[in-house]
Amino acid sequence: MNHTAELIMEKHHDPVGARIGMWLFLFTELLLFGGLFLLYAIYLHNHPEDFHYGSSHLNQFVGALNTIILLTSSLTMVLSVAMLQRRKENLAVLFLVLTFLLGAFFLLNKYFEWSAKISHGLYPGSDVLLSRSYGEVLFFGLYYVMTGLHALHVLIGMVVMLFLLRFVTKKRAKVAALLPADLEQFQGKRLYLADEQGRRIWESEPLGDSVREVAVVVDGVRTKEHWKANVIKFENAGLYWHLVDIIWIFLFPLFYLIAM
Amino acid sequence: MEKEQTVHENVHIGTYVMVWLALLMLTGLTVTVAGLNLQSFAIVVAIFIAGLKSTLVLNYFMHIKYESPIFRNMVLVVIVTIAIIIGLTFVDISFR
Repeated sequence: MNHTAELIMEKHHDPVGARIGMWLFLFTELLLFGGLFLLYAIYLHNHPEDFHYGSSHLNQFVGALNTIILLTSSLTMVLSVAMLQRRKENLAVLFLVLTFLLGAFFLLNKYFEWSAKISHGLYPGSDVLLSRSYGEVLFFGLYYVMTGLHALHVLIGMVVMLFLLRFVTKKRAKVAALLPADLEQFQGKRLYLADEQGRRIWESEPLGDSVREVAVVVDGVRTKEHWKANVIKFENAGLYWHLVDIIWIFLFPLFYLIAM
Repeated sequence: MEKEQTVHENVHIGTYVMVWLALLMLTGLTVTVAGLNLQSFAIVVAIFIAGLKSTLVLNYFMHIKYESPIFRNMVLVVIVTIAIIIGLTFVDISFR
């Protein structure tokens, strides 16, 4: 009769540990882009005139517009995190959606920009580009790889935001769970929920050996635990989005402004 | 744990908006400076302004200013590492 099992009533949260983990990932991203910036620096050093001439083909207005869009999206992202920290879920969702839309606007501009270059025959391996100087071939190669890799990061950031939206709008709380190690001794037994007088208000079927998890889940509520976990996710997604912003802060002058 | 959870909550919304305005102004500045025809000095100014903007984003939007010192130290180690890699490579190509 004295079958006892430990109930997990509260999940362990480690926001600082989670943020350190995120930063370690961001450092690998910095080294990835750092390698490409190193390539850019050396080729600019070796072919300064070709790089300036190549840069003159880029649309400075689109570059500046995309800089403003991305800086603004960083503001809306940090506001979304700040709103969630203040437990204003609806405002957090509003700013998250704004950030997503600004990201989409950035990619749309990128699409039109690349389309214009490609229609002029300026893409890696094209006959037009191969007839130009070696330095220009390098400039456009780096332009496509670096802004392309950056755009891929913007896209990944937007996918992450869709997940955040799902997490924050989900109203389902796991209020208690059994440790998996305890489950074995309950095989073939019935679980029941009792009210304060000990009356059974609900009883389960006998537990089979295929049961891997037993949890009490309540629909339609948001718990503090749920909110705490979401704050960590929002903060880390924000860190990623701001890093993508920082990389663009360097890409913009290096590719768009050196011709002026 | 509660204290760590709420570490950034004291940052005013106005602070974020001010940082955003500063970032937009620095963007305007870097475009203006690029039109001044500073020759080889232009790239130095562009990198310097981009560095200023990154510092603002790191400190305020990424909360490094409000984090414990270990975060700032880790970021510094990475930036110095990348600077050393780029610096040593330039020493190499300059003396070939």
